[in-house]
Amino acid sequence: MLARIDDYFRVQETALKLRSARQELLAANIANADTPGYKARDVDFSSAFSAALAGKSSQPLTTSNSRHLQSGSSSDVFPASALLYRGETQSSIDGNTVNVDKEMVEFSDNALRYQAELTFMQKRIETLSAAIKSN
Amino acid sequence: MSLFRVFDISSSAMHAQSARLNAVASNLANAESVTSSNGQPYRAKQVVFQAAPVGTGKNALGVKVAGVIEDQSPAKLVFDPRHPLADANGYVAMPNVNAVEEMTNMISASRAYQTNVEVMNTAKTLLMRTLSLGQA
Repeated sequence: MLARIDDYFRVQETALKLRSARQELLAANIANADTPGYKARDVDFSSAFSAALAGKSSQPLTTSNSRHLQSGSSSDVFPASALLYRGETQSSIDGNTVNVDKEMVEFSDNALRYQAELTFMQKRIETLSAAIKSN
Repeated sequence: MSLFRVFDISSSAMHAQSARLNAVASNLANAESVTSSNGQPYRAKQVVFQAAPVGTGKNALGVKVAGVIEDQSPAKLVFDPRHPLADANGYVAMPNVNAVEEMTNMISASRAYQTNVEVMNTAKTLLMRTLSLGQA
């Protein structure tokens, strides 16, 4: 039963985790809007999401000894291979590829979707607690 | 939790942008300083930004001030033979501060600062909503 509750929340939980990680990436892009040579990064959300749901999201850290660092010690949600470079719209002479308008749009969009996931999660909690309390 | 690191990243950017604003203020204030502590005319200062990891995350980078460099372009020569610092030909070496460049830098820095404040506010809203999750 407990495992089924876990499954019940898994989709929203994964989505929230990935959305907040992407929020961090977009914040880094905006922060580095004036850094020479900085390349804007982003992830393909749908493929990252399906990979995370399939259980492949954990960092592929190879350990040959039980005392090696475990993958839990890294705080990056996305594996390095999932990070892509954003296509350049207007090249600048200092090698920076951040387009602040584009990043702000993505940032707001991602924030809105995060809030949508929060609402879905809230409703799921309410549904479950209604099912538990009713007699 | 990634949203907490948004604060670190945005604050590193705000710190870098305010350092740049500081350099602009110094340059504009000294646009007419013919002499400085080393006896030479004031040279415009420029802040160099560098992407650097903040905290434990390596995917999302913050901003670090890599250093402050002095503009090496030649000093502006102004003909003023009565000036006490004029050379043998009557020219005074004025600072190489370009006021137009500095004003542009100022606007760019203040806009970038505002954008990062907005990013921080959004992250705060998201975190506050997350904290109230599950409360009916």
